[in-house]
Amino acid sequence: MFEKTGIPSRDMIMEKFPSMDRINKGPAAIVECYRQIPCNPCETACRFKAIRVGEDINNIPQINFDKCMGCAICLSKCPGLAIMIADGSKSEDTVEIKIPYEFLPLPEEGQLVKGLNREGAYITDVKVLKVTNPKSFDRTPVITIEVDRKFLYEIRNIRVEV
Amino acid sequence: MKQADIVVIGGGPAGLCAAISAAQSGAGVLIIDKNKNLGGQLIKQTHMFFGSEKQYASTRGIDIPEILMKELDKYREKVEIKTNSTALGLYEDGIITVLEKEDNYYKIEPKAVIVATGAYEKFLSFPNNDLPGIYGAGAVQTLMNVHGVKPGDRVLMVGAGNIGLIVSYQLMQAGVEVKAIIDAAPKIGGYLVHASKIRRMGVPILTSHTVKEAIGQDFLEKAVVWEVDERFNPIPGTEVTFDVDVMCISVGLTPLNELLAMRGCQMKYVPQLSGLVPVRNENYETSVENIFVAGDASGVEEASAAMVEGFLAGLCAAAKIGYKADDFDDRRKDYMNQLNNLRSGPAGSHILMGLEQIRR
Repeated sequence: MFEKTGIPSRDMIMEKFPSMDRINKGPAAIVECYRQIPCNPCETACRFKAIRVGEDINNIPQINFDKCMGCAICLSKCPGLAIMIADGSKSEDTVEIKIPYEFLPLPEEGQLVKGLNREGAYITDVKVLKVTNPKSFDRTPVITIEVDRKFLYEIRNIRVEV
Repeated sequence: MKQADIVVIGGGPAGLCAAISAAQSGAGVLIIDKNKNLGGQLIKQTHMFFGSEKQYASTRGIDIPEILMKELDKYREKVEIKTNSTALGLYEDGIITVLEKEDNYYKIEPKAVIVATGAYEKFLSFPNNDLPGIYGAGAVQTLMNVHGVKPGDRVLMVGAGNIGLIVSYQLMQAGVEVKAIIDAAPKIGGYLVHASKIRRMGVPILTSHTVKEAIGQDFLEKAVVWEVDERFNPIPGTEVTFDVDVMCISVGLTPLNELLAMRGCQMKYVPQLSGLVPVRNENYETSVENIFVAGDASGVEEASAAMVEGFLAGLCAAAKIGYKADDFDDRRKDYMNQLNNLRSGPAGSHILMGLEQIRR
C-alpha cells in the first residue's frame, strides 16, 4: 500500500522508533526513510556518528540510539524531510516532537495548532513550544510541539490556521 | 569564423560542470545557452537535492548555479559565455551555427563539442488538453519560482514521479491548493519520501488513474479522471471530477538531442533512458569523434547524475584534444564511481539497464 499512497503502515513506523525507555531518557532522531534511494546527507551531517548509511549511498540509514543526542541537525539536512525528533524526558504526560515545516506563516511559540497524522488528517490540537529557523537550517524551520503521549506515533505534521 | 577548443551547448547542471572540468584541465571553453542566465533547470529547484556531498546533496537546487559559477570563475581567462544564444546546427564538417538574440548569426569551428541540451516535457492527449490552465510542470515551476506568478488556485497534478511530487509541494508552499495527484502507473514513481511529505499535508495520491477529459469554456474549470486497469484501459463508471483551474502535466521527459542526430551520431531508442539517445563510450564520447554528451540529453536522470556526467565529459573531452589533467586517472575513476553509486540502488536500476544497451 505504501507504494500506492505514500502513507507508511503502523508497523513500518514502529520499526523506526526507539524503545519508550530510550525516548524517556532524552531526544532521539526517528528517520522515516523506508525505501532505498541514493542519498546520505544524514550520515554526513551527524557529528556524533549516530547515523550510518555506508559506502553504498543507496542503503537505508541505520541509527544508533545510544549515540544519537537528538540535536536535530540531520532533521534540517534531510532532503526528504523524513526525520523527526521525539523526547519523552520532559513530562510524564506529553512528549516533545520536533518536525520540519517549510510553510508560511510559521506558527508562533505558545500557539495551538492542528496536529496532523501521516495522511494529513486532524488528530488533536498541539502546542507549539519553539520555532527554530537559524541560517544553518537553510530555510527548513524546525517546530517543536508538545504532544499527548498517546499520539506519539500519530502526529507527524501541523496545520497553522490563519 | 569563431575558433574554440571546446564548445559546451547548454549551461544547465551538466553543461556547467562540463565547462568547469574542461577549463580546469586547461582547455578553452565556450558555453552557449539559449536562456538569459546559466543554470538551466537548477534555477527553479527550490528543494534540497539528494545524492552525496560531492553532488551538493542537501543543498537547494537554486543555490547550486552560484556555487558552480564561482568555480567556473576561477578559470575566467579560459572561459567565454554566450547567453541568449541558440545552437541551430551541428554540421558534418564540425561547424556549429549559432543565433545570438535575433540578429547575430555566426559559425564556430570547435575542436570538441559537449552537447548538454537537457530534455523537454512529454504531454498527454485527452479531450480539451489545449484549454488555458493546462500546463507542463516545468512551466508551472518557471512561473512560480522564477517569475513569482501563481499559476492558479486549485491544481490537479498529473504524474507522481519526482517532478510531479516536488512541484505539488512547491505549489502548496506558494499557497496554491493541490486537490490530488494522479498517476496511471499502479505505484508512485517518485521517491517515497517526497510522496509522504505531500500526503501528510492531506493531498491524496491516486495511482492507476488517468485524465478522461478537461472541461471549460474559455479556460479550465473541471478535470475528470478515471481509474485504469492493469493494462491501462480506463474503467467506465469510475469517473471523479475535480474543480480545478490548473492541470499540471508531469508525465516524464524526453532527451533533447536533435543536434547529435543531425551531426550523424549513432542514436538508439532506449525506453529506460526515456527516448532516443546517442550511443557513447564510458567517457561520454558519442560515435562521432570529439562529440561528447552529458546530462538529460544522454538519457533522463536526476540532476545529481547530470552534474557528474558533465564533470566526466568535460575532463575527457579536454584530454582528447590535448589538455590532459595531471590527475586525469584519479578524477575519471572518481566520477565513474560516483555515477555508479548514484545508480546502483533500486532507484537507478532502470538506468543501468538502459546504459547496457547503448555502450559503445
